[in-house]
Amino acid sequence: MQKMLTIISNVLRGSASRNGAELVSEGARVVVSARTYADFTPQATFDIKKCDLHKLEEGPPLQAVLTREEGLQYYRTMQTMRRMELKADQLYKQKIIRGFCHLYDGQEACAVGIEAGINLSDHLITAYRAHGYTLTRGGTVREIMAELTGRRGGIAKGKGGSMHMYTKHFYGGNGIVGAQVPLGAGVALACKYLGKNELCVCLYGDGAANQGQIFETYNMASLWKLPCIFICENNKYGMGTSVERAAASTDYYKRGDFIPGLRLDGMDVLCVREATKFAAEHCRSGKGPILMELQTYRYHGHSMSDPGVSYRTREEIQEVRSKSDPISMLKDRMLSNNMASVEELKEIDVEVRKEIEDAAQFATTDPEPPLDDLCNHIFYNDHPMEVRGINPWSKLKSVS
Amino acid sequence: MHNSLDPRQRTQSNMAYLRSILRSGKNAVPAVLRREFHRTLQAAMQVTVRDAIKEAMDEELERDERVFLLGEEVALFEGAYKVTRGLWKKYGDKRIIDTPIAEIGFTGIAVGAAMAGLRPVVEYMSFNFSMQSVDHIINSAAKTYYMSGGLQPVSIVFRGPNGAAPGVAAQHAQCFAAWYGHVPGLKVVSPWSAEDAKGLLKSAIRDDNPVVFLENEIMYGVPFEMSEESQSKDFLIPIGKAKIERKGNHVTLVSHSHVVSRCMDAAAVLAKDGIECEVINLRTIRPMDMEAIETSVLKTKHLITVEGGWPQFGVGGEILARIMEGPGFGYLNAPAVRVTGVDIPMPYAKLLEENTLPQIKDIVFSVKKMLNV
Repeated sequence: MQKMLTIISNVLRGSASRNGAELVSEGARVVVSARTYADFTPQATFDIKKCDLHKLEEGPPLQAVLTREEGLQYYRTMQTMRRMELKADQLYKQKIIRGFCHLYDGQEACAVGIEAGINLSDHLITAYRAHGYTLTRGGTVREIMAELTGRRGGIAKGKGGSMHMYTKHFYGGNGIVGAQVPLGAGVALACKYLGKNELCVCLYGDGAANQGQIFETYNMASLWKLPCIFICENNKYGMGTSVERAAASTDYYKRGDFIPGLRLDGMDVLCVREATKFAAEHCRSGKGPILMELQTYRYHGHSMSDPGVSYRTREEIQEVRSKSDPISMLKDRMLSNNMASVEELKEIDVEVRKEIEDAAQFATTDPEPPLDDLCNHIFYNDHPMEVRGINPWSKLKSVS
Repeated sequence: MHNSLDPRQRTQSNMAYLRSILRSGKNAVPAVLRREFHRTLQAAMQVTVRDAIKEAMDEELERDERVFLLGEEVALFEGAYKVTRGLWKKYGDKRIIDTPIAEIGFTGIAVGAAMAGLRPVVEYMSFNFSMQSVDHIINSAAKTYYMSGGLQPVSIVFRGPNGAAPGVAAQHAQCFAAWYGHVPGLKVVSPWSAEDAKGLLKSAIRDDNPVVFLENEIMYGVPFEMSEESQSKDFLIPIGKAKIERKGNHVTLVSHSHVVSRCMDAAAVLAKDGIECEVINLRTIRPMDMEAIETSVLKTKHLITVEGGWPQFGVGGEILARIMEGPGFGYLNAPAVRVTGVDIPMPYAKLLEENTLPQIKDIVFSVKKMLNV
């Protein structure tokens, strides 16, 4: 009985919004493509912003189809990412996380949209703002948080820290700005070499975009037609330097010159997904590399030691939060198209919060790595060896 | 490069200067009073290493128009570690330049500017990032005066934090003292105290050769008492001269950079057991002050080098080799040893990190083991 009432009320609500004024948000107009008697709309098609194109005749489609399942999954993942980063902020301020910590909140649509456009069997590499990608590439929140707190249950056994997390087909987490780009092209070379129709997504920021090694990589990737999607996450600031002060040309999607490029809204998960699918198709068809510039924003400063307000205004941060937040954007879309209910999304929020709490609990109680792991993992597939300790009488053991 | 004068000599020289001004009739007395007299009357004050470095740069920027600073976030952001706070506001875009994240590019540009007669100070946010620039530091800066048969000097300073900092993990914690110390044509300086930092950086900037100036993040916030004379704008510490931070008779501890603090702490602990350590602060890695080490070893007959860097081919290895080859060997009552970082990439977890760098207990242990107590 209760269920029936819910069905009826949802149907009435749905028809009311159809009969009522057109719902316009951020230029997205809605066309309901399927109409059943189920609780919610199973899928909807959304208009998405056109991409700026460089050396491309056509770009990604101007519409994206989102199913209810996909929507809920993207929402859950982005929310998990958001909460995980905020928890890391908290733990850092409590000095439970040390060293460097570069948070990803605000940029969730990039990581989630990209993963939605490729397969887990593809490869991905990024720089140090990597917690989100570690998650989308198969890491668990527990392992990620335990790595941040330096415990044995961490994804790198506590030995890497924030910037050095790895999973299958995810090559980190890299601390040296720009270095991950030639590495990514190398992974793409291996993909082509091994002929498994896989590709590599190679991410870098607007700051890194001025690194020479990136241009060397563009040249070789293009020459050798490597299946590499170069993605510039342009969040407008390279640490404390705004893009205008660092780059003679801020059209990062054109900087690949002979490499075709796209520039798109990195705050819209559907935009990112469609562009990634387009780019993946380009690579897999043997056309060589392609470049994507995602216009996005980070709410936190560069790292936990940067308040993030000496080189940009609080008003700017607030404005992005209120008008372009990726999670809100997806939520509004789903709610206004009856693809989910407020309660359902709230329930996801509660589950996510719990998952983060559990992970944080684990991350703060798991013991640190054992001392006899200190010298392990120097060499791979090698016989055990002796390692010189702090003084000449200290002979430590290393196993592969 | 002149040695810093002792206080009595300083006052005498000030008086002589004042007399000469008065005699010449120039009305420079107020200026003298403001600059010299006021300074010499100031008591010693507490200055952090960070501020000492900034003061050195400020004074040298003021003194010589050709000196300029470039690096990432040095201008507007006031330095990733706030070392250059206030400098951009004072000197502007021409003298304090924010670069894009392009290490080998801007290093090459800086070396070129030095070849053409300017005196750049290049900041690396971490010496770990200087690895991208090593080709220019070595092939374009260090070797050029030699290769040109004395025609082309390169007056440049490369500075920034080097070595370990808490929690920064493998790619950000390497010590480059041995790497740069290996290269003829480079001078390599590794200050410990605020006075070291100020006097040595000023000397480095005034030196007509390429100087690698290895700071350390752990030391930035540490305050030291700066003597009166070190507050003078002409206070210089000569490159290539070590300093005895603590006198002792039983064992010589040779160290550089932040590890000197550990040696001093260990010496205090050992003193309670009646063991007096002589702690030598190397101050310069290349050219190394072997004379100071040999003089000390002559007295103590026991030598331990202590460093944060890796053991193989490290600073300690070089010192021990030179002792073997020189007069010092004959004086040793026990083989000299090295206390170093563990021969592994720097782990992140706190427990592992603590066991990767020499702690006070490790130095104490090594001294006692060597002295058989």
